[in-house]
Amino acid sequence: MKNLDFENWSCPLPLRNSPNIVIGHGGGGKLSAELVEHIFVPAFKNDLLDNLGDSTILPMPAGRLAFSTDSYVVQPLFFPGGNIGELAIHGTVNDLAMSGATPLYLSAGFILEEGLPMNVLGAIADSMGAAARAAGVQVVTGDTKVVDRGHGDGVFINTSGIGVIPAGVHIAPNRAQVGDVVIVSGSIGDHGMAIMSVREGLEFDTQIRSDTAPLNGLVATMLAAAQAAGDVGSIHVLRDPTRGGVASSLNEIAAKSQVGIMIHERALPINPEVQAACDILGMDPIYVANEGKLLAIVSKAAAEAVLAAMRAHPTGQHAAIIGQVTDQHIGRLVAKTAIGGTRVIPMQIGEQLPRIC
Amino acid sequence: MKYLNEFRDGELAQKLAAEIKHLTTRHWAIMEVCGGQTHSIIRNGIDQLLPPEIELIHGPGCPVCVTPLEMIDKALAIAALPNVIFCSFGDMLRVPGSSKDLFTIKSEGGDVRIVYSPLDAVKIARENPDKQVVFFGIGFETTAPANGMAVFVAKQQGLKNFSMLISHVLVPPAIQAIMTSPTNRVQAFLAAGHVCSVMGYWQYPPLADQFQVPIVVTGFEPLDVLEGIRRTVKQLEAGEAFVDNAYPRAVTIEGNKPAQKLLGEVFEVSDRAWRGIGVIPQSGWRLSQAYGDFDAESRFDVSGIRTQESSLCRSGEVLQGTLKPNQCPAFGKQCTPRTPLGATMVSSEGACAAYFNYGRFEEAG
Repeated sequence: MKNLDFENWSCPLPLRNSPNIVIGHGGGGKLSAELVEHIFVPAFKNDLLDNLGDSTILPMPAGRLAFSTDSYVVQPLFFPGGNIGELAIHGTVNDLAMSGATPLYLSAGFILEEGLPMNVLGAIADSMGAAARAAGVQVVTGDTKVVDRGHGDGVFINTSGIGVIPAGVHIAPNRAQVGDVVIVSGSIGDHGMAIMSVREGLEFDTQIRSDTAPLNGLVATMLAAAQAAGDVGSIHVLRDPTRGGVASSLNEIAAKSQVGIMIHERALPINPEVQAACDILGMDPIYVANEGKLLAIVSKAAAEAVLAAMRAHPTGQHAAIIGQVTDQHIGRLVAKTAIGGTRVIPMQIGEQLPRIC
Repeated sequence: MKYLNEFRDGELAQKLAAEIKHLTTRHWAIMEVCGGQTHSIIRNGIDQLLPPEIELIHGPGCPVCVTPLEMIDKALAIAALPNVIFCSFGDMLRVPGSSKDLFTIKSEGGDVRIVYSPLDAVKIARENPDKQVVFFGIGFETTAPANGMAVFVAKQQGLKNFSMLISHVLVPPAIQAIMTSPTNRVQAFLAAGHVCSVMGYWQYPPLADQFQVPIVVTGFEPLDVLEGIRRTVKQLEAGEAFVDNAYPRAVTIEGNKPAQKLLGEVFEVSDRAWRGIGVIPQSGWRLSQAYGDFDAESRFDVSGIRTQESSLCRSGEVLQGTLKPNQCPAFGKQCTPRTPLGATMVSSEGACAAYFNYGRFEEAG
């Protein structure tokens, strides 16, 4: 036991300026508080959040509330056209907007994996803040937990949101009526194929970019156009076709409204790079996820006015009428193929699997 | 997109369909060999444009469908091993073996990965020297060059931890088997365009001569398929039987010579079992002696696995064209894409899945 020297011993203070997330960041102590103070508060900056109480007290305007929650686990965290943070804001904002609500407040829960670089978390939080401001919503409460390395995938985010539904608006998946028109707000399949091509290293002349975007502005424009055309209630159904794509959303609407839906494949707006990527992998763009598009089922009388308003809005420039609601093939989605045949488009079972050849 | 949208034109399709109708004077049974063509026919509703006299019989050309259950069980056994990374094309993951599928093995902790090219599996092997990496090499002549290349590269790089579980099959022996079957009804073939882009079509004239059967090399887009059918009907009506190439933008008579050279080196022709059909002599490939070390079947000693097919499943008749998918008593009942009894219901190229997915519940005719 020679050569032991206690002269220079000092108490090891916890390392405060860790370049990575460590378990302590989820412990509720100083490290947690610093994370909130230095990363989340500046990113989400608003008066309601500044109190940092156990819960946030919200002023609410009169009317019916819409409430929604969604979790985000996308890989890679950053992809062409966006990142997991933007997606977490847009996804919940859009879910609220699909009931015609004006989204107001969001919560943000983070599950961080030990070892996540602090600058990655910072970039995600910053772009969440920017996305929230652009969508006109406030992140008013949040939570952070840290899991052991290998037990997460960098960052998981959950957001929940509250919005207010204006008077006269009645939008629900069971309200499609025979004779209604089906409108899509723009090109389909962009998000799913952007993720897929990064994950699988597919390269094209033009990079496929995710379409992640808030849709509440577009919905407000559509409601105003419907109102101006005489009836704000003429927009019957709104859906954002995320996982499972346009096919799954329209199938659900057909089933819930007990109607048939007929679409025209030739009318579907599809970017050529997305079509090419789908052709290579043996996938069908109608099943591929979107994160900044909506499907609207609108009365025939209001369809042209709503479509014109959509096309005048930056997120709806390529909006198109893609089909009709019919009293044929109840509960089913049927497509007129480009060459004049027909096919039933069923719900898919699990994920679309790339075909062998 | 160049060379694609041009072949999906609705007006031209209607024109071709009208021409076929004009040519047709009686019933003809034409088999499209390739699953990709079956998919295109049903997805685009091509058969709905044809005159009722033209019957399309869906052939055995879906690689997922003809891979024997026994081979799937071998794949499952290997994939479940602790030190193995098992790589496969995506649509093999949902094909049920006798009790599980690869998705189940993955959920139980097996390292099962979807790859888009067998060369990705070689890369995985290089990056994981302490693991055994196995690629499920199935398919027709179309996928064979890439699979062959993977083994070739692995040998060149001296990889000791890469191997391939092989179930490779060949089109010409299948055509021969169908034509010599006592229940055969096929009067003409649409040969698989992508198979021919590799192998050429020099193997086909002897078959056309021997069986007096028209064989038309055909592509996959709606206009390609319709043009293939048009040329086939023309021959049938004229009483002719020769090999015609309706897919010249991808296929030449000699095919892809460097690919054929590689295939000749890496593989050798062998007997193969076809799911639902049985063993067809000299109808597949196994690794040649020089590459025998890369055979996963011997590396993992799964040769003892023996498996029986479901007795309800009649995919063999479907694959031979003697039964339409929706004529099978189990179709849409015990057998759906969610609960498939046979591989023809699993792969999106499988005739049963194509019928189910595109809503062909009603009995044809």
